[in-house]
Amino acid sequence: MSMLGAARVRVPERAKRGEVIEIRAMIEHPMESGFRLNNVGKPIPRQIVESFVCTYAGGEIFRATLHPAVSTNPYFLFYTVATQSGELVFTWKDDSGSVATHVARIDVSD
Amino acid sequence: MAALRDLPTGLSRTARARRRALGALAAGACLLIIRPARATPEELAAALRETFGTRLITPGRVKLELPKLAENGAVVPVTVVVDSPMTDRDYVKSIHLFAEKNPLPRILDVHLGPHNGKARVASRIRISDSQQITAVAVLSDGTLWSAAVQVEVTVTGCGL
Repeated sequence: MSMLGAARVRVPERAKRGEVIEIRAMIEHPMESGFRLNNVGKPIPRQIVESFVCTYAGGEIFRATLHPAVSTNPYFLFYTVATQSGELVFTWKDDSGSVATHVARIDVSD
Repeated sequence: MAALRDLPTGLSRTARARRRALGALAAGACLLIIRPARATPEELAAALRETFGTRLITPGRVKLELPKLAENGAVVPVTVVVDSPMTDRDYVKSIHLFAEKNPLPRILDVHLGPHNGKARVASRIRISDSQQITAVAVLSDGTLWSAAVQVEVTVTGCGL
């Protein structure tokens, strides 16, 4: 069963060409570190989001490698230059092989 | 352990032996739990070496924003800002976060480029105990810059 839950992404709907825009992305995931013990003292198996990638109009603009020290429901804030109207695709992968994607659209005008 | 020495008289030898064995077991269990609880400075140094080789890391150009006092070590907001124009010729290639005393020294690695326009990234991380957090930025000219911040954690990340 995938531990990847709902994604919450904030991208401006419109921007001027050349403007630096702020992007926020979060996904629900327990980020089980593998260092915690359950109630009978056995380690809870590690299950974390290992990678997060954001592409804009097909090109990669942000890539993160996550380790168990990233908090539950991993969150990222970053920036990009608005170059053209198009789609931003957000992809999260966890170490069980599950993948989640979210697509946002931005309209860029001169 | 003091309690074991002050055993009430009248206890049989086997009961004493059993208590001693239990005490030893408890001590052993403590050691087992302590071991994975934190990385050592050597492990941090090894992680830095593995990532950057023998390249020189210079303090500066990186601003690492973390609370001085984190009430909840499980969710600590972090922002890294690098002094870079983020142009095609001069930009930040990657930013790496490391912990001194977490169970693992690596926290997060992010890859950027000139298209980001601004060398600023934020996230939320786990800090298991009061310790120093280090950020290293790799620039397009091949230079490495760093910043370190001491964070005091009141509720340690048992839920780490």
